[in-house]
Amino acid sequence: MERSVVRADLNIMKRNDVVLIAALVLLALMVFTGVKLYSRFSTDEPEAVVYLNGEEKGRYPLSHNITIEVRQDNGAYNIFQIKNGKADITEASCPDKVCVNHRPVSRQGESLICLPNQVVVEIENGEKTKIDADTN
Amino acid sequence: MAKKTAYMGMLTALAMVFSYIEFLLPINLGVPGVKLGLANMVVMVALYTNSARAAFGLSLVRILLTGFTFGNLSTMIYSLAGGMLSLAIMILAKKSNLFSVNGVSVLGGVFHNMGQIAVAAVVVETAGLWYYLPLLILSGTISGILIGVLSSILIRHLTKMMNDMQNEND
Repeated sequence: MERSVVRADLNIMKRNDVVLIAALVLLALMVFTGVKLYSRFSTDEPEAVVYLNGEEKGRYPLSHNITIEVRQDNGAYNIFQIKNGKADITEASCPDKVCVNHRPVSRQGESLICLPNQVVVEIENGEKTKIDADTN
Repeated sequence: MAKKTAYMGMLTALAMVFSYIEFLLPINLGVPGVKLGLANMVVMVALYTNSARAAFGLSLVRILLTGFTFGNLSTMIYSLAGGMLSLAIMILAKKSNLFSVNGVSVLGGVFHNMGQIAVAAVVVETAGLWYYLPLLILSGTISGILIGVLSSILIRHLTKMMNDMQNEND
């Protein structure tokens, strides 16, 4: 007797209810795939971003070894290299060589800065530094 | 009038007890905000056996009372946003006559979560909330179906009982 009561109530579910539930499940799936796709294309891969005079000149994933010469009209140059997942400036025309002597960088927010040539290399989406991770 | 007062008082007490049960035994699925929403069953009963106004009053009083008793200001704001949005949608859905109790309850469950995520978006401003959205839609739908089935049984029996009592009095 009790069982038939429950069944009767399940049966009064209207067609619209079923459509609504199906639509909601579909919406959830769409949002889910949307978020997944979005996070795939807005790459989380660590990149080195090269700025010249404050303008972005290029983005290079740290996963590919590459050597690039950033040469300017006035003859100033910096040789920028990605090797073994780290970005480094190996050679430069600047007088002080601060950027060349700087250790290679790979962690989130780290940068190589050559003030005389106005070249900045910054790491984006990099691994957080150990200290930050610990103090968080 | 006295009868309605007694009835609504009883429903409010019941809604508070359900909120307390969920506070004592939270379903922890690793996603904040996922719960059965037992108290919504009482709101549904008020909405169908009484009026939209009664359901609104009941919902508001329940949220304020449980907020003061078991929660704090921030949980109260979340409950308020979820509860009021879901109730508004349920009242509209019932008026539209498009859905049965089940459909109305599903909409209530989903929009309860929407209201809460909207507050969370304002408070924490993280894109990570989008990851929760599909889960919250699904959990709202599932709990909405469960609560809808239970509510429709309750509503049917209560309506019958109240009609019988009315007839006895006449």
